[in-house]
Amino acid sequence: MNIFVCIKQVPDTETKITPNGDGTFIETTSIKWIMNPYDEFAVEQALLTKQANSGSTVTVVRVGGVKDTEALRTALAMGADEAILVESDDNLDSFMTAKALKGAIEKSGKSADVIFTGKQAIDDDCLQVPQLLAGMLNIPSVSVVVGCEEAGGTYTLKREVEGGALEVYEVTAPVLIACNKGLNTPRYASLPGIMKAKRKPLAQHSLADVGVTNEDRRVKYSNFQLPPEKPAGKKFDAMDEAAQAGIVAEVVGLLRNEAKVI
Amino acid sequence: MAKVLVFTEITSDNVKSVTYEILGKLAGNDVDVAAVGQVPAGAVAELAKFGAANIHSLKGDNLDKYSPEGYANALKEFIGNGGYDYVFAGSTSLAKDLFPRLSGMFDAGMASEVTNFTMDGGTFAGTRPLFAGKCLAKVEIEGPKPHFVTVRPNALGMPTSENAAAGSAADASVSAGEIRAAIKEIIKGASEKLDLTEANIIVSGGRAMKEAANFKILDELADTIGATVGASRAAVDSGYAPHSMQVGQTGKTVAPSLYIACGISGAIQHLAGMRTSKCIVAINTDPDAPIFTKADYGIVGDLFQIVPILTEEFKKIM
Repeated sequence: MNIFVCIKQVPDTETKITPNGDGTFIETTSIKWIMNPYDEFAVEQALLTKQANSGSTVTVVRVGGVKDTEALRTALAMGADEAILVESDDNLDSFMTAKALKGAIEKSGKSADVIFTGKQAIDDDCLQVPQLLAGMLNIPSVSVVVGCEEAGGTYTLKREVEGGALEVYEVTAPVLIACNKGLNTPRYASLPGIMKAKRKPLAQHSLADVGVTNEDRRVKYSNFQLPPEKPAGKKFDAMDEAAQAGIVAEVVGLLRNEAKVI
Repeated sequence: MAKVLVFTEITSDNVKSVTYEILGKLAGNDVDVAAVGQVPAGAVAELAKFGAANIHSLKGDNLDKYSPEGYANALKEFIGNGGYDYVFAGSTSLAKDLFPRLSGMFDAGMASEVTNFTMDGGTFAGTRPLFAGKCLAKVEIEGPKPHFVTVRPNALGMPTSENAAAGSAADASVSAGEIRAAIKEIIKGASEKLDLTEANIIVSGGRAMKEAANFKILDELADTIGATVGASRAAVDSGYAPHSMQVGQTGKTVAPSLYIACGISGAIQHLAGMRTSKCIVAINTDPDAPIFTKADYGIVGDLFQIVPILTEEFKKIM
């Protein structure tokens, strides 16, 4: 079974974001980069699927900067077999990213039986690449997946929708599965895993190699800025039990008469 | 002027309120509405009041349950025939899944979950939060039309003036085509309340809730004011609440009118996810908790004492 995982490198969630000088993107110089948190669940599910299907390989694919391939090495250290990096310094849009991933998968010479991705990247929050990629490859996709069982190439997938409800899908491979937190518990890379990862194959392609040009850009961003700060609010000290009832009544009154939200 | 289609969902005979928010912003354009299935007469009248010229009920085989491929095939055919420049929807679970696939079928661009937009001279420009709302950017769409846009519920607000249009209702026949990923079963959620992403009022609990059972005091408060209950990542990671309740950068980004944060200190990831709330109330014993820098009304106190009093106080006025 040919298992693919698509991952992205994103700023750590602790990062304080600052727009760059001309507002075309954010300052990226002193950022700690991590594997997109939702992609960790995708890597883990790929490895679980490999374990259940002997003779399978897991190929991890990423589009992004060439300087830092740590997220790919992390996936290899967790147990993926090989990696593909499509080099791009550009801040690509979802359409270009999906097209580059498609090109990279096709260039590998293997046809994907299953592709795992995170449900979204936590930097651009677009939630587009998984569905776009599935559409471009003409395979079905199920997103926001919190349950995944596979038997004989047929997947039973639980997709989370509004109010904690679940839609249960049954679909036969090939399929793209976009993973959500709660699906599994991602493993840590072991020390032998990290040592082995250094010798695993890592192919590198340019955007041109995988058929992506600037004509493929569909979304243009500008004017990056911090959200406006709110004026300071009113603060009440209600540590003293005797004062609590009066303070709470006052706040409820303010919610009704000042903020007008109740 | 652009020719625009607003796609909507019908749930228990109601159109999602974000549809009206979008219609309010599209005044001055040529706007139609479409839903898969029957748009009820009451909704037709309401949609017309807010500016919908033609309201289409899309009908065909294999469309009784959502499937990404079936809905995308059906809409592709309908949108293509209608010659639309833009297709909008609220960024619901369904549209988030459907619209990227659909936009790709047109080789077209899509702006996800905008919180504001203009249509000057029929050209779209939107505002998008990135990094879960830690920064904002202007977003424009290039390349082949139609262009696709999803809008965050509650972000635009309900239109204040009506913009009446013809509101002609018609059925359209569409084809779902081949469906490979089909829904076998739907497991209902524990709560019938509005999802966090659509809720107008949210009551959230943090690590200070101490255990899952303590969320019942938040449930009681939520029931009193018609709120949905959320949680911080700390509460979710501690096992007090499921991930579907998580508000923040690796959870849900929300935009309610009122957000009541109980025992939440205010990690950067949480603040990012709830900062577009119109009014924020914070209850925390630590007067220096970062949540107080974002709160309109901060109560320094023990949530286990304050929340029940708050519930009783709300009961008096609701």
